Amino acid sequence: MSSELISNNFRMDKLPHIWCPGCGHGIIMRSLAKAIDNLKLDKSKVCVVSGIGCSSRAPGYMDFNTLHTTHGRALAFATGIKLANPDLEVIVITGDGDCSAIGGNHLIHASRRNIGITTILFNNNIYGMTGGQYSPTTPNKSYGTTAPFGNIDKPFDICKLADAAGATYVARGTAYHANQLIKIIEKSIQNNGFSLVDAISVCPTYYGRKNKKGSSVDMLNEIKDMTIDIKTAEKLPLDKYKDKLLIGEFKNTEQPEYTAEYQKIINRFKKER
Amino acid sequence: MELRNKIRLSGSGGQGLILAGIILAEAAILDGKNAVQSQSYGPEARGGASKAEVIISDGDIDYPKVEEAEVLLSLTQVAYSKYVNTLKKGGTLILDSSIELSKNLPFNVIKIPILNTAVEKIKKPMVANIIALGAIQAITEVVSIKSLEKAVLNRVPKGTEELNKQALLEGYNLIKEKNRK
Amino acid sequence: MMGNREVRLMQGNEACVEGALAAGMRFYAGYPITPSTEIAEICAQKLPLVGGKFIQMEDEIAGMAATIGGSLAGLKSMTATSGPGFSLKQENIGYAALTETPCVVVNVQRYGPSTGLPTSPAQGDIMQAKWGTHGDHPVIALSPTSVRETFDLTIKAFNLSEKYRLPVFLMLDEIVGHMREKIEIPNKEDIEIFNRLKPEKDSSEYKAYEIKENEFVPRMAAFGDGFKFHVTGLMHDESGFPTNDSQISDKLLRRIMSKVDDNVDDIVMYEEEFMDDAELVVLAYGGTYRSARSAVKEARRLGYKVGLFKPLTLWPSPDKKIKDLNEKTGKILVAELNLGQYFSEVERIVSDKSSLYKLCKVTGEAITPNEILTKIREVL
Repeated sequence: MSSELISNNFRMDKLPHIWCPGCGHGIIMRSLAKAIDNLKLDKSKVCVVSGIGCSSRAPGYMDFNTLHTTHGRALAFATGIKLANPDLEVIVITGDGDCSAIGGNHLIHASRRNIGITTILFNNNIYGMTGGQYSPTTPNKSYGTTAPFGNIDKPFDICKLADAAGATYVARGTAYHANQLIKIIEKSIQNNGFSLVDAISVCPTYYGRKNKKGSSVDMLNEIKDMTIDIKTAEKLPLDKYKDKLLIGEFKNTEQPEYTAEYQKIINRFKKER
Repeated sequence: MELRNKIRLSGSGGQGLILAGIILAEAAILDGKNAVQSQSYGPEARGGASKAEVIISDGDIDYPKVEEAEVLLSLTQVAYSKYVNTLKKGGTLILDSSIELSKNLPFNVIKIPILNTAVEKIKKPMVANIIALGAIQAITEVVSIKSLEKAVLNRVPKGTEELNKQALLEGYNLIKEKNRK
Repeated sequence: MMGNREVRLMQGNEACVEGALAAGMRFYAGYPITPSTEIAEICAQKLPLVGGKFIQMEDEIAGMAATIGGSLAGLKSMTATSGPGFSLKQENIGYAALTETPCVVVNVQRYGPSTGLPTSPAQGDIMQAKWGTHGDHPVIALSPTSVRETFDLTIKAFNLSEKYRLPVFLMLDEIVGHMREKIEIPNKEDIEIFNRLKPEKDSSEYKAYEIKENEFVPRMAAFGDGFKFHVTGLMHDESGFPTNDSQISDKLLRRIMSKVDDNVDDIVMYEEEFMDDAELVVLAYGGTYRSARSAVKEARRLGYKVGLFKPLTLWPSPDKKIKDLNEKTGKILVAELNLGQYFSEVERIVSDKSSLYKLCKVTGEAITPNEILTKIREVL
């Protein structure tokens, strides 16, 4: 069954991918393909845009309209594409460094505009492509090649950032909870507005090794142990989950979508003509 | 270098001098002439002394900036002090009556109550620029009355046409009355 | 006359927008910066009237990125900026060059470096237009000297960008961008428009960067046209997918360079005047050309044998013509609002370097006709 999913949605001649053994990105990429497949989207109308980094290699493997842009700028390119042709289902694949460091401004403003783009953030807490430097989601006190004495930065909660900036769909899934992640991505694509999915991944090669996290399986198990679904948490007293990472759907609201609002301006003049 | 009329309009920011420059240039184009309009931008254009420049010519206008003006309009003392030295010897200096002059200026000086006419006669201070255009036309005849009126009406907000026509007329009259005396 | 809009008073920046619309621009993304801001303002006003799209992005980089995105989605796209913004856009300009994405980048030059004198004219970005982004890349840069030329060259910039599939620079300066002058807008029927070549409809075999026989640029599909292709800023093969292959990389870079290098005669535009018996030719572009023309006319009136040369295409430079000018006329005086950027290009081209003179000004003011006339007298 899965091979059909792969052959229907991937460029078979471009596989295998370049990611390291044990990398969580493959699970997230497959979850995205599965969500697109489940929604039966017209493949020629799907446009997948990425920036630079490990995550951003994903579009090259996926059999849609695909664009691999410059570091941090995927959302800005995607904004141009979506505004120029609102019929396209524009999906951005980005990483924690790409999206929240060099591209942080574009995340804020794409959220603010509520433009109909779905962003899947492959969050592995590290710059993997360049060999393990700390990123804006690297936990405090963790190690990276540029944090040899422990990270003194505090990490971003990108879901809260997107929520505050105006994104209308915000959720967090993980490479461990793959079935939930597929559902989340489906809903994020269905949202008529800007969606952010913080997809927690694992990087055993750099983050794992630097921080003595063990194997990929150990790291995925750690995701299981350190997360709690927001629906479960809501029924518990705070001290039962305050140290855990919340996952699930945080926000699903309706607000005017940017390109639809722009079309209204165009239509106003159509009538006058 | 070539025969052309170089006009500098000066005053304070908000007096509509850039619009006046545009109108004057458009009137010249309606007359079938060439015209270039330029202005100062930036901090210089905010408050303080503000200016707009127009060059009108029957031929090509190459250099678009006015160095030595042949006609200088000043609506404020500050603008007068700042730009009087940029007027060509023997040039025409058109001033609002409120401005105090140095003596023995080598210019053809015409002092008229532009700002006062706007406030007292038309009761709209913002039409001072249009009154000034009327006066400039009557003095220099650099554009035709017909084209100037058309250019003014093309540019002013809807509903203010009559007001601006009256302002233009008051401008012509300031010169006619002066000539009669 | 003004009523039917054939003859109008128009600002240079406005003429740029009018030219872009006439060329078929339907997408603009940018960020406000003096002295280019009017271009964004007028695009915001006019694009929705023709069903086009305008967006003010969060920064200059995003403006360039979205412009490329708009073009990849099939619309003719433009952005405009000035000095600091041109610097910020450079990385994505390189992206457009390597991915062969047509677009027009307007730079209304102002005095720099850094914030400099934001409202003052300069022509200090001439070399940046050529070398601003990293790596070798093809460059076309045009420089208009009047409002009408701004209209015409904006159309030309779109045509060249669509024909050669690259970002084309329109190098305005504050003088031409902000001045208003009389312009006669040509009739629609008289305007030549070039649209990017699209792949044939039934093309399951579409390779995004394949060159068809007798063609020299790849045919370009838009996202959503039905071809599921890949575009990357990595070196890529003719299918569009990344490669580390040294031979393929070499071939790709040489091919994109050859689009301009092999078509210089098609791209280069220039004009000359007063060249009969000239012993000195004044070379000037953009706003400075206006002063040069005024000065040369006066010099001729005074009996000096002076000619005038205007490169409308700054990049690629009119090598052959400049060599020819030097051989036939002898002396060349380059007047420009920087410390000798285009002069250094002329110096590179001609063999007799001793015959070259320059007039450079960086006071934040235009070079005056008198300054050029004085220099002409000095040289002759």
